[in-house]
Amino acid sequence: MTATITEVSAVDSPLTTDEPSARLRSKSRNRLWVLAFLAPWLVGFAVFFAYPLLATVYFSFTNYNGLSTADWVGLRNYAYLFTGDPLVRTAAYNTLWLVVVLTVLRVAFTLGVASVLARIRRGAGLLRTLVYLPALAPPVAATLTFVFLFNPGTGPVNTVLGWLGISGPLWFNDPALAKPALTLLTLWGSGELTIIVLAAILDVPADLYEAAALDGAGPWQRFRAITLPTIAPVLVFGVVNSIIFALQYFTQAVVAGSVASGSANMVGNSQILGYPSNSTLTFPAWLYQQGFKAYHMGYASAMAVLLFVVSFAFTAVLLRRLRGGARVEGVTG
Amino acid sequence: MSVSTTWPAARGANRSRRAGGRPRRQGLLSWVALHSLGLALGLMFLLPFVFVLLTAFMSDQQALTATLWPREWHPENFAEVFTSAPMLRYLGNSLLYAVLATAGMLLSSVPAAYALARLRWRGSNLAFLLVIAAMLLPPQVVAVPLYSLWANNHLTGTLWPLIIPYFLGDAFSIFLLRQFFLTVPQDYLDAARVDGCSELSVLVRVLLPMVRPGLAAASLFTFLYTWNDYFGPLLYTGEAQQSWTLSLALASFRGAHRDTQWNLTMAATIVVMLPVILLFLFAQKSFVRGITFTGVK
Repeated sequence: MTATITEVSAVDSPLTTDEPSARLRSKSRNRLWVLAFLAPWLVGFAVFFAYPLLATVYFSFTNYNGLSTADWVGLRNYAYLFTGDPLVRTAAYNTLWLVVVLTVLRVAFTLGVASVLARIRRGAGLLRTLVYLPALAPPVAATLTFVFLFNPGTGPVNTVLGWLGISGPLWFNDPALAKPALTLLTLWGSGELTIIVLAAILDVPADLYEAAALDGAGPWQRFRAITLPTIAPVLVFGVVNSIIFALQYFTQAVVAGSVASGSANMVGNSQILGYPSNSTLTFPAWLYQQGFKAYHMGYASAMAVLLFVVSFAFTAVLLRRLRGGARVEGVTG
Repeated sequence: MSVSTTWPAARGANRSRRAGGRPRRQGLLSWVALHSLGLALGLMFLLPFVFVLLTAFMSDQQALTATLWPREWHPENFAEVFTSAPMLRYLGNSLLYAVLATAGMLLSSVPAAYALARLRWRGSNLAFLLVIAAMLLPPQVVAVPLYSLWANNHLTGTLWPLIIPYFLGDAFSIFLLRQFFLTVPQDYLDAARVDGCSELSVLVRVLLPMVRPGLAAASLFTFLYTWNDYFGPLLYTGEAQQSWTLSLALASFRGAHRDTQWNLTMAATIVVMLPVILLFLFAQKSFVRGITFTGVK
């Protein structure tokens, strides 16, 4: 942040123009405007990003519990994180499961749906609205919807499966199926990414397809040789976006666990958190439980540092992609 | 609802011969296959809403059975949602959070986005990268120090820890607004500067009228995000029921009895969903433009 400010002032140091004074006036005036316009964000960035990030790192080396003063404990929290805590392994596994499965399925599914949407003419507007609508639903409401749809006793999904002679599984009440059920919920609500991919597909220049058609390329060949390479940057965006989304996965897992367990009260009772059998206990959910229910805030900070390091690695991929385009390219849609 | 004009297809004039290119040869069969697939997709996305709606109208007894269609309709379930829990208070809290956050976002993020998009200074690229980094930071990473910060100021238990930061710049909105601001041709801004306008009046009188869709999109996304937010209200108001938002209240809504009453729970779900769905249907165009602007190439 200080770098930002010093670089602003660096602008008007080389005075190699014909009219130094006028130029200086206009440049320092410009600098004042930049500072004025950015002032709220600079304060916000310092207070709500830079400070808590540094404080998290500091707390991670202490036994901070929110009340008494924090005592330095060295690497003890990290030692517990990597070798002691039996549940953090489960939580990390669940989050990694979501990162891998959700990312692959979300990108493949949105690409598939967008490809169908791009070719349909009749009722296209209505269909796109339907595909996007679930993405708007508040995550808590969408989760309740799916826990209801998939509830083993009276849910519509198992009712319909029953008509077909299949006895439906326990879904959100089965440790093996709770994460897959959460995955279905996420795919249902992935309309936003679908629209982004759709816009990219529709932006592929038509003459590329014409040339390929003249060469006798079939639909699959055209998709592989033209559509995929042209929209590849958007797919990379989709992958990184999905990974960061999965790393933060909290609300749906916590709400599904507590509603499906039949005791829908506030989170924090660790019997409910992760129901059934810790299969929905994600890394951020365990961080929340440790930091704000058990008040092991030092330990939660160590978990936060780990979460930050992993998610920043993926953020860096996106930042690198943006760095090139940020200067020249305006509209990215 | 004239939906067909708002979606990206409208600007896809260049693709007219792609979908309709060879209907004579492959003809009816592939047309039918494609549109059946489309119909199936549409149903897949729509049916969950339909089942929620149907269940919300069922009687208490029927909601305990595995039936899909209400034998008799009970619209009074929706009234019972409001009497079985202080939903109006939660609605008020949700509105307070969403409206103030949106107002704060506009006040703080519009100037910041302008400085990033249209003023030339050495650190602007670095600042833009910091905006992106802040935008992608998982909220759980900074939760411990921020919670302590607000607790020391005696604001935990209220929604202010969630509202105040919006008055100090929202990274996602700055990012989105910047993308819109970049689309305005430089000539318009330079002309105003030559006429002696200050940067503030260039922003307010020249730029803002030209980027109304961007302002609408940023406002809609902020409203939607705050309305849907669960982690934030849980963190700061989880123990203070008088400050709960609708999303937070819905997570622990069960109706009067011990077991989940699906008819009332689904009615409550609709109550929480309906405002954002109505907002979307009225402002679809802004939503869609906003989404396509966030897709980073």
